[in-house]
Amino acid sequence: MTPRARTPYTIRLFSMMQRGHWIALGAFLAATLVVVPILNLVVPEGSAFHVSAYAITLVGKIMCYAMVAVAMDLIWGFGGILSLGHGLFFALGGYAFGMYLMRQIGRDGSYQSDLPDFMVFLDWKGLPWYWSGSDSFLWVSLLVVAVPAIVAFVFGYFAFRSRIKGVYFSIITQALTYAAMLLFFRNETGFGGNNGFTDFKRILGYSITAPETRLVLFGLTALLLAATLLFARWLTTSKFGRVLTAIRDAESRVMFIGYNPLWYKLTIWTISAVLCGIAGALYVPQVGIINPSEMSPANSIEIAIWVAVGGRGTLIGPVVGAFVVNLAKSWFTVSFPEYWLFFLGLLFIVVTLLLPQGLVGLWQAIREKVQNTRAGHATPGEK
Amino acid sequence: MGSRDVLRKIIGIDPDEPSKFGFASKQRVLDISHNVILYLDDITVSFDGFKALNKLNLTIDAGELRCIIGPNGAGKTTMMDVITGKTRPDTGSAYFGQTIDLTRLTEPEIAHIGIGRKFQKPTIFDQHTAFENLELAMKTDKRVRRSLVATLSGEDGDRIAEALRLIRLDREADRPAGLLSHGQKQWLEIGMLLMQEPKLLLLDEPVAGMTDDETMRTAELFVSLAGTHSLVVVEHDMAFVEKLGGKVTVLHEGSVLAEGDLATVQNDQRVIEVYLGR
Amino acid sequence: MIRHFLVSLIFALALPAQAALDPQLVRQLTDEDSGTKVTAIRQMALAADPEAVRVLKAMAEDNLFVAGSQVVIIEGEQAFDAATGKPVKMPASPESPTVNNRIRGELAAALAALKLLDADRAVRLQAVQALQRKAEPELAPLFERALKAESDPQIKGLLAIAKAQADLGNKDPAVRRAAVMVLGETTSPAIRSLLLPLTEKAREPNDRVRYAAISAVKAIDGRLSISENLGRVFTGLSLGSILLLAALGLAIIYGVMGVINMAHGELLMVGAYSAYTMQSIFRTWLPDYIDWYLPAAIPLAFFAAAAVGVLMERTVIRWLYGRTLETLLATWGLSLILIQAARVLFGAQNVEVSNPSWMSGGIELLPNLILPWNRIIIIGFALFVLFLVWVLMNRTRLGMFVRAVTQNRSMAGCVGVPTSRIDTLAFALGAGIAGLGGVALSQISNVGPDMGQGYIVDSFMVVVVGGVGQLAGAVWAALGLGIFSKLLEGWAGAVIAKITILVCIIIFIQKRPQGIFALKGRFVD
Repeated sequence: MTPRARTPYTIRLFSMMQRGHWIALGAFLAATLVVVPILNLVVPEGSAFHVSAYAITLVGKIMCYAMVAVAMDLIWGFGGILSLGHGLFFALGGYAFGMYLMRQIGRDGSYQSDLPDFMVFLDWKGLPWYWSGSDSFLWVSLLVVAVPAIVAFVFGYFAFRSRIKGVYFSIITQALTYAAMLLFFRNETGFGGNNGFTDFKRILGYSITAPETRLVLFGLTALLLAATLLFARWLTTSKFGRVLTAIRDAESRVMFIGYNPLWYKLTIWTISAVLCGIAGALYVPQVGIINPSEMSPANSIEIAIWVAVGGRGTLIGPVVGAFVVNLAKSWFTVSFPEYWLFFLGLLFIVVTLLLPQGLVGLWQAIREKVQNTRAGHATPGEK
Repeated sequence: MGSRDVLRKIIGIDPDEPSKFGFASKQRVLDISHNVILYLDDITVSFDGFKALNKLNLTIDAGELRCIIGPNGAGKTTMMDVITGKTRPDTGSAYFGQTIDLTRLTEPEIAHIGIGRKFQKPTIFDQHTAFENLELAMKTDKRVRRSLVATLSGEDGDRIAEALRLIRLDREADRPAGLLSHGQKQWLEIGMLLMQEPKLLLLDEPVAGMTDDETMRTAELFVSLAGTHSLVVVEHDMAFVEKLGGKVTVLHEGSVLAEGDLATVQNDQRVIEVYLGR
Repeated sequence: MIRHFLVSLIFALALPAQAALDPQLVRQLTDEDSGTKVTAIRQMALAADPEAVRVLKAMAEDNLFVAGSQVVIIEGEQAFDAATGKPVKMPASPESPTVNNRIRGELAAALAALKLLDADRAVRLQAVQALQRKAEPELAPLFERALKAESDPQIKGLLAIAKAQADLGNKDPAVRRAAVMVLGETTSPAIRSLLLPLTEKAREPNDRVRYAAISAVKAIDGRLSISENLGRVFTGLSLGSILLLAALGLAIIYGVMGVINMAHGELLMVGAYSAYTMQSIFRTWLPDYIDWYLPAAIPLAFFAAAAVGVLMERTVIRWLYGRTLETLLATWGLSLILIQAARVLFGAQNVEVSNPSWMSGGIELLPNLILPWNRIIIIGFALFVLFLVWVLMNRTRLGMFVRAVTQNRSMAGCVGVPTSRIDTLAFALGAGIAGLGGVALSQISNVGPDMGQGYIVDSFMVVVVGGVGQLAGAVWAALGLGIFSKLLEGWAGAVIAKITILVCIIIFIQKRPQGIFALKGRFVD
């Protein structure tokens, strides 16, 4: 390795990834921002090339999940910390944005009241204090970032400070999301209880069910997914990323060479939570509902399996995993609903037992094998 | 109870100690005006009634090379744990120089003020290359916000390359450290220690698993470091201890049994008893 | 109606008791006029002699007939004279007197009051208990009379309370005050609500009575809250014993293999479904011995859960040794498969597992504190299992091996402990204990495919609080969490209690990251 001189930031940005990866990223953006809208709006519905609204919602939803998976990979794949409570941050972002969508319903609810329907139903006379400002898009966007960040920071500070790690940490995060779920199930909490938020009408004044709105949300999700990937790439290739993986592999050594793991863990933990929150905020208007079941421990564990299926410690892995698992889920739940849990359960077992590096690892292994075969058996073991 | 006490009690934040929020915020300066770099005074550590350290008193002079020997369970590793902040003593005090109270600092803070430690079992970052291992260890601002924008300057690269040559790993620089041999890992860990530019090095069985040749070269390296650095070496290998040539302290049942040069210690009746059994 | 009856009863009590039944009175029972009938019934009730009971009972059961001038009771083929009770010749054409609903009510009330004076102790007890709820002021003289005749201390006590209740409506403040004092000694929410109006000036003008009522209510409140809390502690203990059975297995497995078994809740489910299966088998083939299905289910549950555990360990968990986080995921996958398998085998709905008859009912410690037998038995069962585990761990070779592997796996392996067999056995043991917990759980909660999920977070918390591989820690943590959560639930509601406990645990871990019974030493990283 040769010493590197200081290089301009633009060059550093571009040298962050190989050219092939940049091209792939560009192709992804072109497909989601140009091709899909055309196939949806311009191509007539009967055509084989038409992309249905259902497909757009499904893919949009999975792209949100993919963001969550990348966030999970940052903390688990790179930081070695398995969170079983990431559903909480996703739901917090979703609820924060859901408040705005509820306010946008205005007087079009069943009770024609300024208050959301569930509050009228509970006979509340005014909005609770934490709903104030929820009619402002900007304020709510701030909440989408700030609420998961604060919750994650406070929880993480206490957990990491007392050096809770490994399965202990996983279990505590599971308890955290479980407690939050119970809290949100209560009507008195002020977030719609069991039913959560639904029946949205508008976003920024535009009809939420209009094809154009859907496409804008779809495109925005694609853009933010790409941005998340770039950000994660930058983060993991920086010195910060190297310290992070060092903490994963030998935490005590990191401490004894003078890094305080608390702040590194806390930083990546909070970043990961914020990414989940943003994904949740994009998810809610596309799917049209948010309720406390998003915080159930089962949902959070599923996030981990997306990452594991794709391959942790890589950045494309979580995206691949999120797509594969969720496409399988929508196929199973329609075709063989009673076998979905068997499949999911087996997936958990097979991936952990046989594919510790996930699909990306499998792909790399196959490619290496093919290359080795092509190169002949003269130089086995060489890359 | 005042609000500050509440903070201190409940969440462990000491509002009078800004260092908790970022250890580099308060400069601690090593004061070795009395030519002593480490004082351990009357230190006791007990684990469920078992006294790992029992009123241990030990001082290390600046620039000294000290060997610590003793049978298993004598408290050698626990002593290192106390110095590096991993274990808090039940009683007693540990001072680095004249002013710095080690019992009040965390592990990274202690590393930062200039105490480096090598573990009994080599702990390096297996997934990182040897180069990256050294880069991570290098003395620099180790806070999160610096790490996000840190780049490697030319001089830094040169220093790492120099260290790689010193520990004879320059040809292995870009290999993942996990693939190195046991001896090479020991050397890499010593190299990481040097990159930290510590004032005091604590080395727990540094030559375990090394070949004779490697052992001798390690001894040479340590001898050359003494003077500018202070070294505390825990070792069972008497040939290695002899080669180092410094003062030897014998620990037994958590306190100092004997101290002096190797020959004196080896002829001490109590030491012979401890090693050969009664 | 009953009130009218009672009013006339009091008048009648002033009259001297009649030695024998007046034929004239008996005759009146069959009068055409309902009013005459009522008067007769009331007068007969006051007679309070067994003959009156016999006649009134016969009338209530439509066995009283009129034949010319004679009133007879006909039982089967035999007729008796109503007044004397002597057998008479069967009349040719007996006519039934009209017994309308009003008369029936009168009869029922009269018979109930008469029961207070019945010769049979059980009947009197039942009567006084029934009258506790409607101790009208008019009844006071009757209670007084019954009190004088009564010798049984229990019934005497109840009568005194009943009389005091009746006396609350007395015009004399001194009588009222004395009644309040008597009632202040009781511990019953019903009496508390009777006394409550007397604490208001509008309802009780007399200051002395009112003050007595206020302090009586306070005294009752104090005793009530003690017994309520005792009840919560008891429910907490039984919840804790189930958590203990769940957590013991979890702690053994974690201690030996460092594995958190996310499918542990489903092992509880396996145990509960074993109880259900055994119940079905008994219902089909051994319906006469249905009460014994539960003891039969215990070995089945243990071995079924242990078999599932061994299968899990052999096929999945042992291949993940040292990769604890992955084990978390793999065992979660196992739990999903087990849940779905239960749905396929037993249906998605909850199944019904009933308590054997010897487990229903309970011990009444205080008027509002009943300890149900099923919970008592569960606590006893948990302690028994705990004892067995303790013996197994501390007095057998297997236990020694398990403890050795827990403390230092590689050293244990070096000195010849077959670590891989110990892993399997420990897993089977932990799973089996969870199966036993499932049987216990089936007796107090629903049995369904998802039942394990509800307990998994709780039992993890027990392990976290108790400390790694520390059985003693698991015991204290399980009982403590059970009691603490039930007490909190009583004060703040179930959800808030749960959240508070989770927050407490997170704070607790700040202070004791390794649990209550932490291992200390340089071997702990």
